[in-house]
Amino acid sequence: MQYFCGIDIGAATAKLVIIDEHGNTVGKSISRSGVDYAKAADKNLADALAAAKLSRADIVHAFSTGYGRDNVPWSDGRPTEIACHGRGAWHHVRRKMTLIDIGAQDSKFIHLDDQGHRTNFKMNRKCAAGTGSFLEEIALRLALPVEELNGLAERSTKEVTLGSFCTVFSATEILAKIRAGEKVEDIVKGAFRSVVKRVMEMGLPDGALVMTGGVAAHNPYLVTLIGESFKQPVLVPPDPQHIGAFGAALFALDKIKSGETPCS
Amino acid sequence: MMKAVMGKYYTELTTGPAQGKKTAWCTSVGPAELLRALGYNVYFPENHGAMLGATRMAPDLIPLANARGFSPDICSYLTSDIGSYLKGESPFQKMKLPGPPKADILVFNTNQCRDVKDWFQFYAREWNVPCIGIHTPRSLGELDGPVIEDVARQTEALVPEFERVAGQKLDPEKLRAVMALSRQCTELWKAVLEAAAAVPTPITFFDGTIQMGPAVVLRGSQDAVDYYKVLLAELKQCIANGVAAVDGEKFRIYWDGMPVWGKLRDLATQFQALKAAVVASTYCNSWIFDDLDPADPFKSMARAYCRLFICRSEDRKEKYMEEMVAKYKVNGILYHDAKTCPNNSNNRYQMPQRLEQKLRIPYLVIHGDLNDLRLYSEEQARTNIEAFIEQLAERAAHR
Repeated sequence: MQYFCGIDIGAATAKLVIIDEHGNTVGKSISRSGVDYAKAADKNLADALAAAKLSRADIVHAFSTGYGRDNVPWSDGRPTEIACHGRGAWHHVRRKMTLIDIGAQDSKFIHLDDQGHRTNFKMNRKCAAGTGSFLEEIALRLALPVEELNGLAERSTKEVTLGSFCTVFSATEILAKIRAGEKVEDIVKGAFRSVVKRVMEMGLPDGALVMTGGVAAHNPYLVTLIGESFKQPVLVPPDPQHIGAFGAALFALDKIKSGETPCS
Repeated sequence: MMKAVMGKYYTELTTGPAQGKKTAWCTSVGPAELLRALGYNVYFPENHGAMLGATRMAPDLIPLANARGFSPDICSYLTSDIGSYLKGESPFQKMKLPGPPKADILVFNTNQCRDVKDWFQFYAREWNVPCIGIHTPRSLGELDGPVIEDVARQTEALVPEFERVAGQKLDPEKLRAVMALSRQCTELWKAVLEAAAAVPTPITFFDGTIQMGPAVVLRGSQDAVDYYKVLLAELKQCIANGVAAVDGEKFRIYWDGMPVWGKLRDLATQFQALKAAVVASTYCNSWIFDDLDPADPFKSMARAYCRLFICRSEDRKEKYMEEMVAKYKVNGILYHDAKTCPNNSNNRYQMPQRLEQKLRIPYLVIHGDLNDLRLYSEEQARTNIEAFIEQLAERAAHR
């Protein structure tokens, strides 16, 4: 059996996936990207190999993606995260789709046609609004662990609107809401709504609506809100936070399928 | 040769006042021919703005203007130039020249934007010199009679003040001669840019932003004409020899909007590595003035300076882009949304979507600025461009 590796070094976390020659995930890992991307890549590879009970020699090809894609010494190919998220999502959905990926520092709106070919894409502007960083900032302001946000938002019974485009000013708005006695769960839902609004401004969905990324992986209620807002169901593929790494691994597999010989 | 031609121009500008020459500041698409015919040394602050951007001096200078009430949201040529004036630092000094020459008169044309007038009025207040110009209507559709008549009359009405400051009368023969040289310059510059229609192209947008210098600041002079004759001959030779500006050219891109002056080299290198040639641009083509006619100076200037892309309506802009895409065999359009230059950011009124639908070619929008690098995210731009070329490659493979 041949194995292929994909690693997605994002702004906050590095994700790695090992797949077999049929495209099945056999091992995965995640860690903070940190300041040494090569080190993070090595650690992730070691972790995933251990999980899959494989050795490094079993990996035929490894592709890297994400902000740190050029910093992985053992990478054989460096497609962008836009390509990799599309490739990963297509593997599971296989129909015309709009893919919304919300990462730590960027959100992507990607259109794939009914053959899986990208027809258009858009990334957020140079602004953290509508990204995972926004939610992290809000959690920090509310002195909450970020993983508690989803549960809190779900319990909300009232809409609290955060009007600002800006993450910093939204945090300031939150202070005003706290002073006004708003409940923390309503404020958190307001923050989720803010992310949804930023995403809705990015474009119009065409075909199936698919969500990936760390924000979708850890905040199912935000996915629900996206679906409600776009008025259509949202498909979340397995391991949504790893979908970029999975896509990179599929590209590595494609390389073999296209007849290229394995790297030494 | 570029260094010699531009060096001579800058030297004449800075030594002119001591020799009794008057200096007129003129917007880049203002009535330069008229000023040159009246013997002025003509200085173009936008050229200085571009230099401040390209040398990356701008990010340190813009805050000085911001602190004096010029918003960070307005033209960053304006804020970097005023910052340069306030700090007394200019790329001129790197050429061992004193700073830009003080104006005896400031002449604007609002065909580009209102900011040019606001920019010049700052210096008019500083130096107590006249600031006059042409108020060209914007978003022009058909260039019909009344608009051209009005702009021609406005241009003609500037002459008495130009004459008074110059201390001489306008010689119609001299004006015709300058117009003829300007026309020649424009024809040669157009031919230079059209060399990029060749596959592979011998010249890219990034080369064009440097090569356009004489077309902007020296139109109406023999030096500009001589320069472009040499450049054009070189390009023809390159085409004959199959010399490519981008080795292994695979993709041909149209750049709409302003350059990101402080990142020209990085962007040129990235496109080169991706085997993508940026073959055409709205920006470099803005200094082609086919309408200039020595036999009818005022009306033809009015037509030329109203035909400018930036002051046209969306439908006219679209038609123009459509022609450019066909002429230069473009695979994809990149729109630069320059935060401080709304008038030359053409993605803001749905044009990319309309043209994508009509021409069936993909587009990309990158967010940045002409001079203010605080508004530019290197990593996002890099990833976006790379992803765009991936998309073009995938598209080519499945056709």
